[in-house]
Amino acid sequence: MDKLNLSKHISSQFNEELEQIRNHVMSMGGLIERQLYDALAAIANSDSELAQQVIANDLKVNDWELQIDKECTRVIAKRQPAASDLRLIMAILKSINDLERIGDETRRIAKVALESFNSDQQDLLVNLDNLGRHVAQMLHDVLDAFARMDVEAALTVHKEDKKVDREYEAITRQLMTYMIEDPRSIPKVMNVLWSARSLERIGDRCKNLSEYIIFFVKGKVVRHASHEKLEQEVRGD
Amino acid sequence: MAALTDVSTKMSAQNLSVSLAGKTVLDQISLDIPANRVTALIGPSGCGKSTLLRSFNRMNELLDDANTEGQVLLDELNIYQAGVDLAELRRRVGIVFQKPNPFPLSVYENVAFGLRLQGINSARQLDELIAAALQKAALWHEVKDRLYDNALTLSGGQQQRLVIARAIAIEPEVLLLDEPASALDPISTLKIEELLYELKQQYTIVIVTHNMQQAARVSDFTAFMNLGQLVEFDATNKIFTDPRQPQTEDYITGRFG
Repeated sequence: MDKLNLSKHISSQFNEELEQIRNHVMSMGGLIERQLYDALAAIANSDSELAQQVIANDLKVNDWELQIDKECTRVIAKRQPAASDLRLIMAILKSINDLERIGDETRRIAKVALESFNSDQQDLLVNLDNLGRHVAQMLHDVLDAFARMDVEAALTVHKEDKKVDREYEAITRQLMTYMIEDPRSIPKVMNVLWSARSLERIGDRCKNLSEYIIFFVKGKVVRHASHEKLEQEVRGD
Repeated sequence: MAALTDVSTKMSAQNLSVSLAGKTVLDQISLDIPANRVTALIGPSGCGKSTLLRSFNRMNELLDDANTEGQVLLDELNIYQAGVDLAELRRRVGIVFQKPNPFPLSVYENVAFGLRLQGINSARQLDELIAAALQKAALWHEVKDRLYDNALTLSGGQQQRLVIARAIAIEPEVLLLDEPASALDPISTLKIEELLYELKQQYTIVIVTHNMQQAARVSDFTAFMNLGQLVEFDATNKIFTDPRQPQTEDYITGRFG
């Protein structure tokens, strides 16, 4: 926390405002993390009630985005943040956009849990669950890195995205085989495919979040760079 | 968040018009100053903001040819009615000016001045009140070992905080500040601003500032004035993110003024 130096401004009110925004981002992140776990649990246990709850809770995620957005606008208008304060606000504005989209993907995943799958189709869901756990861990790690503004942890998450992409490709291939073998299953399999796609997208957004952490701490824009290039950039100084 | 509807009013200008040497400077101003909040008056030079500030403790009358119409209420009291004790009014409504103006006395005597006028002479009581005022003005730690040095040896920022300490020593209800930080460096400015944030717990504060960003930082409410008229008055959060009047927008975005 003190690494952020948020508590060092002469204006204690400014300190409080930044601290509050940061806490709100953490709350928003925490809510989304729980949403993702719940969505995955709803699929694994065919728990449609839990799925409905996840879908309803997405509205809370949206509210957080609007709220934090407003708070950031006020800080910019009233305090003219500069240097690391400015980078923090910019990073947060971008982060909440990605977090909100993670919320949307999570809602889509929860919708799959409303479908019923017969026992043959259950094993489709096993691979989805593995991918889900992987992505949920990534989200957990990036939020943790955000809380501590930890560049090394952010780099680890960034690297992880490639693995998620490969897992997604594997699932896609498997699902295609399934569809070829049993065309009647296509509607159901498509649903699973969409949620795999959503999980992969969440992975991408976690990667974005890790880039914002690096932007805040290092002051470097590392978007659109390969992981190797990024690592070089970050460690280069 | 601060909104005009959920605060009580400490002072209120009602249809207040002021002319100086026959020229109208304030034209029918009606404005409620919320209690225990910081209200900023902003506007281009000559818009009447300082005149409005001074009308809150009848300082305009020190100028020749000043003519005031309408009324200003302090709580229930119309301060312009006949028989108002001006010394008492100015004790209740203190003022701090742009340039720090400590008396050429010691730090201690500067703060003691108003207290002695009130008849407080016990050394122990004075010591306590002076220490408390300097602490409230966030100056104590810097001057506690030099209380008997001449106040003019302090830095500009320290002098300004000393003047604020002098003003709050006599426990006013309202503190008027006319550009209190415009002669100070950025760090001293931030210290004064932080001080205002602390002081509003106890006092109602009205600040005139040329520096819009300062108004944005310190105030809860902002009044934008132009050509002697009140153009817009609202929560500072609202004024600086989404003002209603195009004129306000133009001024705070630096397009005019």
